[in-house]
Amino acid sequence: MVKLKNFFRKFYLGLVIVFMYAPILVLVVLSFNSSKSRAKWGGFTTKWYSSLFTNDTIMTALKNTLIIALLSALIATVIGTLASVGINHMKKIPRAIMIGITNIPMLNADIVTGISMMLLFLALHYELGFSSVLISHITFNIPYVVLSVLPKLQQTNRSTYEAALDLGASPIYAFFKVIFPDIFPGILSGFLLAFTMSLDDFIITHFTRGATVNTLSTMIYSETRKGVKPEMYALSTLLFLSVLILLVIINRKNAYQAKKKER
Amino acid sequence: MSKNAKSPAKNPSALLATPYTIWMIGFIVIPLLMVVYYGMTAKSDGAFTFENIKLIAQPENLRALWLSILLSLISTIICLVIAYPLAMILRNMKFKSNSFIVMIFILPMWMNSLLRTIAWQNILERKGVLNAFLTFLNLPTLNIINTPAAIVLGMVYDFLPFMILPLYNTLAKIDENVINAARDLGANSRQTFMKIIFPLSLPGVISGITMVFVPSLTTFAISNILGGSKVLLIGNVIEQQFQKLNNWNSGSGLSLVLMVFVLISMALVAKYDKGGDSTSVW
Repeated sequence: MVKLKNFFRKFYLGLVIVFMYAPILVLVVLSFNSSKSRAKWGGFTTKWYSSLFTNDTIMTALKNTLIIALLSALIATVIGTLASVGINHMKKIPRAIMIGITNIPMLNADIVTGISMMLLFLALHYELGFSSVLISHITFNIPYVVLSVLPKLQQTNRSTYEAALDLGASPIYAFFKVIFPDIFPGILSGFLLAFTMSLDDFIITHFTRGATVNTLSTMIYSETRKGVKPEMYALSTLLFLSVLILLVIINRKNAYQAKKKER
Repeated sequence: MSKNAKSPAKNPSALLATPYTIWMIGFIVIPLLMVVYYGMTAKSDGAFTFENIKLIAQPENLRALWLSILLSLISTIICLVIAYPLAMILRNMKFKSNSFIVMIFILPMWMNSLLRTIAWQNILERKGVLNAFLTFLNLPTLNIINTPAAIVLGMVYDFLPFMILPLYNTLAKIDENVINAARDLGANSRQTFMKIIFPLSLPGVISGITMVFVPSLTTFAISNILGGSKVLLIGNVIEQQFQKLNNWNSGSGLSLVLMVFVLISMALVAKYDKGGDSTSVW
């Protein structure tokens, strides 16, 4: 009976994972399809993987996507971490207001966030392009950092920080020696989450990019009618595989360290 | 003890939030107020008007709104029905860290979501992967591409992780002793679930519901890709107002209608999520 129950549990989990990963498998298969059309199989090829690197439009879009994701995640992490420390020191009411503001871009519809930022840039006669996309990505990324760091800060023990101050550490020195190591996992997961969200964003970029700048998302969207270039499948397969390998290595390392600790 | 002790000057650390405060006022609060401004003024002379908001009452816009509400409600319910048992299973598997779970459900996001939605075209097409599989099993084929059903599937697929992760987060936090206590006091598994587990998981349920419902309600990319532009949702209508017709005022007016639904979900989250931590995805 217990065995049967266990089997059903694993089966259900497996079913959901198949659902999540089936389209990814389809894209990987398409990246080896020698036919340019998505609809038919023309035999196995790796030519898209080589022509990918000579395709300037895709390479520019990739560069934009990665630079925007990296910069916006970094800036959001700095502003967001500072903000979390500040919010943590606030009294009840200003703190509630700040958490309320933080929740707005998290809960608001992306289309409204995108439109509202586009209206701001247009009203200020700020030219839509790389920097307007970067600013909007920073904006929707900061809340992810705040919501990852703030809970970690609440768990830290204030007395150790105060003890460091009593023993003559400056507040900044005490922060980096005592509090920072405790909240670092939160900062890291905030950064990674921000990077991922920026990488996968389409709607907000769509409204704030103007006519000249393309990220991978907006490029794919503009190609949906006439058919996505096969190089795009190859590129996303490569991106996906590199993240997968990276995560497996990190997980292995963590598991190894955990084992070592147990001994 | 005086009131002065509360002033920011005596609490310099709170000032660290200043750059954030300025940023959010400049790029979140003011832009939203601009949507309100454009939504309530006329394009021609900038005079105050409700005409832009009244556009929602036009039959084709009203139909798009109703369809959006219907499809996003259906996808939210499907996501909840799929995710709740899954989150319970994950909880009972007792992983040492939640990084494995996060990995499985965040990892797909590294493949561009638009591309993954396009891949569903391949799966669902008349001669697609799914139908080939069904024919192989001698089962009747499915023709749902370019119908609302395909859009629902796309919504469920794209937003399911946003239901799973908050649910898992709240369920994993429930103290095993509380459940054991209920069992010791004679509750059967159904009673334990109804009286203990489900009420304690409510913040996760609410935040999962809003994180699926709001993006489904307002999407225009999924309906465009899987609905074959035959099915118009309210997101498509608004997107066209801005990108094709260049009418900021009517687009803003329709966005204000959407904001009503967003505000309702924000109020729900504020009511049930006192800790303020279940909106965090991990």
